[in-house]
Amino acid sequence: MIWAGVLIASAACYGLKLAGLSLPESWLRDARLQRTVPLIPVALLAALVAIQTFSTGQHLVLDVRVVSLGVAIIAVALRAPFLVVVVAASATAALIRLI
Amino acid sequence: MSPERAILRDALGIAIASGAYAISFGAISTAAGLSLLQTCALSVLMFTGASQFALVGVIGAGGSVWAGAATAALLGSRNALYGVRLSTLLGVRGARRVAAAHFVIDETTAMAIARDDPRQSRYAFWATGFALFVFWNVGTLIGALATQAIPNPKVFGLDAAPPAAFLALLAPRLRSREPLAIALASAAAAIVLLPFVPAGVPLLVIAVLVALYGVMRRR
Repeated sequence: MIWAGVLIASAACYGLKLAGLSLPESWLRDARLQRTVPLIPVALLAALVAIQTFSTGQHLVLDVRVVSLGVAIIAVALRAPFLVVVVAASATAALIRLI
Repeated sequence: MSPERAILRDALGIAIASGAYAISFGAISTAAGLSLLQTCALSVLMFTGASQFALVGVIGAGGSVWAGAATAALLGSRNALYGVRLSTLLGVRGARRVAAAHFVIDETTAMAIARDDPRQSRYAFWATGFALFVFWNVGTLIGALATQAIPNPKVFGLDAAPPAAFLALLAPRLRSREPLAIALASAAAAIVLLPFVPAGVPLLVIAVLVALYGVMRRR
């Protein structure tokens, strides 16, 4: 099952890239499309942050991940590189559990 | 320094930075339960960071593979717009277009459109694409191998890594008021929807809502 998802999603992502290079420019130059598409990653990434911080499966949970997210927000605000943000968040969770 | 050398230096800098970010992808994907081969296949075949993180993030959170795949594809929609901007700049046809398409991502687009001379744009696109592809895949392999060696990823706080990764991907897109408002509304909607629908589904509902908002709004 995971393999099917990996392959189909990869094919879809490649298809979107190729479509951009290949379709007539006028199709994708539509102003509404140009404004809307960049909003999708914003909405999905924000939803993913919320879901992965406050839930386990279908249950809302408050645990150390909230503190980790706080640390990640500080790291992002300080313009830390990607890996530093992720490691700081993970290390926070690991340390809290250790105590 | 010649313009080509300057481009190569920048491309390498970007590639090394994303190599580090690929290490965290390899780690998160393995901790989410994907095999080494599946993790590496994603970096080779999908080769677009946010979509890869979303797919393994949804699977890791207990969502269905299909909800994850759909979210990955939705996140990949922006690459189609990059393709539009690049198509005249690159002027590629046939087999070269098929190859170039794989490299149509945030970083290569940013590097290509930043040049004034079309020849330098093409050079920047290909140099960034190749360098990034190599470092992205090596980084993924390192992250996946390292995580495989850990008996319980939770001990290292790896379950707290995905939200931080998504936040780091989101932050550069929040430069004005509208995206910030959309981000906050989406996060709130996700929390509200979560207990009532299967894992992964809130993401699809939110994608539909934001698309409707984008299309209906006047301006």
